[in-house]
Amino acid sequence: MSDFSKLKELSIQVRRDIVRMVYNCQSGHPGGSLGCTEFFVALYGNVLKHKPKPFKMDGKGQDMFFLSNGHISPVWYSVLAHTGYFEPKELATFRKINSRLQGHPATHEGLPGIRIASGSLGQGMSAAIGAALAKRLDGDPRWVFVLTGDGELDEGQCWEAIMCAAHHKVDNLIVTVDWNGQQIDGPTEQVMSLGNLPAKWKAFGWDVLILEKGNDLDAVIAMLRKAKRRCGKGKPVVILMKTEMGYGIDFMQGTHKWHGKAPNQEQYESAMGQLGTTSIGDF
Amino acid sequence: MNINDIKSTGTKATRDGFGQGLLEAGRQNPNIVGLTADLMESLQMQHFHKEFPERFFQVGIAEANMIGIAAGLATAGKIPFTGTFANFSTGRVYDQIRQSVAYSHKNVKICASHAGVTLGEDGATHQILEDIGMMRMLPGMVVINPCDYHQTKAATLAIAEYHGPVYLRFGRPAWAMFTENLPFEIGKALLLASGTDVTIFATGHLVWTSIEAAQELAAQGISCEVINIHTIKPLDEAAILDSVSKTRAVVVAEEHQRNGGLGDAIANLLVHKLPVPMEYVGVNDSFGESGKPVELLDKYGLGKKDVVWAVKDVLDRKK
Repeated sequence: MSDFSKLKELSIQVRRDIVRMVYNCQSGHPGGSLGCTEFFVALYGNVLKHKPKPFKMDGKGQDMFFLSNGHISPVWYSVLAHTGYFEPKELATFRKINSRLQGHPATHEGLPGIRIASGSLGQGMSAAIGAALAKRLDGDPRWVFVLTGDGELDEGQCWEAIMCAAHHKVDNLIVTVDWNGQQIDGPTEQVMSLGNLPAKWKAFGWDVLILEKGNDLDAVIAMLRKAKRRCGKGKPVVILMKTEMGYGIDFMQGTHKWHGKAPNQEQYESAMGQLGTTSIGDF
Repeated sequence: MNINDIKSTGTKATRDGFGQGLLEAGRQNPNIVGLTADLMESLQMQHFHKEFPERFFQVGIAEANMIGIAAGLATAGKIPFTGTFANFSTGRVYDQIRQSVAYSHKNVKICASHAGVTLGEDGATHQILEDIGMMRMLPGMVVINPCDYHQTKAATLAIAEYHGPVYLRFGRPAWAMFTENLPFEIGKALLLASGTDVTIFATGHLVWTSIEAAQELAAQGISCEVINIHTIKPLDEAAILDSVSKTRAVVVAEEHQRNGGLGDAIANLLVHKLPVPMEYVGVNDSFGESGKPVELLDKYGLGKKDVVWAVKDVLDRKK
């Protein structure tokens, strides 16, 4: 099996994990997790230079990733488990008492791979800027990646960070926006219009890349690699990545209604049937 | 030490002590970095900025982003010191501190000037009197409110050596200096004068006020033990219980709301371990206003006379 085929298969397994985790504890956020599966598989499976064991908090000499929209923790936990940060069987503890897999990611329980708590929205880009500035001070040539939601851009702190990264020419920073057009109360255009999002980022001084096919693994890998090549030129880089919330499961796809809802048994069985099985196996 | 032996050696602002402490800490440790939200000179951070321009980050008037950047710098191994007014260092960014710094246990030093009514003429919008309460409620947060220039400088150097989140609170006005040759250790109460009738626990600017009050009371035959609690969290419980078991009467003095500050921290300890008569010198559930620092201290019940009255009240209750 080629590396790409393995990553394709991993994408299927990650989607199975997401649905199983949320079904197991009857809570969590499947929609955004399913929509960002290709992003996480591409990032950890192909793009990041990282060392899962022993996990180093300071990330010196490695690429670093920050998840700002922490509610999509299921996809991150699954990918971290399958890329060596901890055993996949621990995914069964998600959102349960005494677990390291908190509802929203946290460092408090010492889960390898997590560098800062997120969940209260709008804070991840600021932290990523700090890590990127530290790398610059240390002469560390690696990159800092961060994922943020599009609804999350309602938070004012995001725009403080966007202005600041351009001002300080933080050009080892790659932000990806999960541009799925959905948030809890409905489509972003109805809840709080983002307007001309590419023009806004450009006006703030960023190098703006648009990824139309954020659920096409090959396209995501190519775009993340392109973004790395665009770094080092005095501007931070943003990928506006169009995805479909709930991608891969027909009744969850393209609606905000599965933002934070668990499937019942019938829906669960339907989802599992649609995804099919992999040689990796379930946790 | 006898209360009458404590003398002021002149006046300087506590924020000046922070500025000098940060410069020295920066010289000792190349991992120390500074950040400000458009208040560099108010915080006296220009000395650090001048010597280490590449290690200093101006983030503009964007405190939430500053706290987040500091958390990221700390994640990657730096020791960030953020600088803005106490109001914007706490209330404005409470959730950022809670999630990105305290819960994530980041080695961030939140350095906050212009705390309390002694900020003066700018008025209540800027005079935060709730910050100690907010910060001491956060699990794992160290909270320090030094009392003069020298102690602020020593505290700044000490927190640079300590690993973990810290809130360092200081102020704007020139204030009496008297701790030059005294030790400073995080979490260790500082006995300034021994006494037998009552213990005055004081923090920040009110330490000098309490010393002056104790000197006046000494002339009236009342013996005050004066203890400086610069570290409000973790509280030096042993030193507090030791003194109170001797004097069995307590006055707490602070430039803060009575709710949530050092007084409540000590009351919480004593109610469980050693209940005795206790009086608060603090702001009584109100906002401040514009005025001169000393006028405001007097108006809001934080003056020397207020400490004297509190001592007499508590001694009446002790009888």
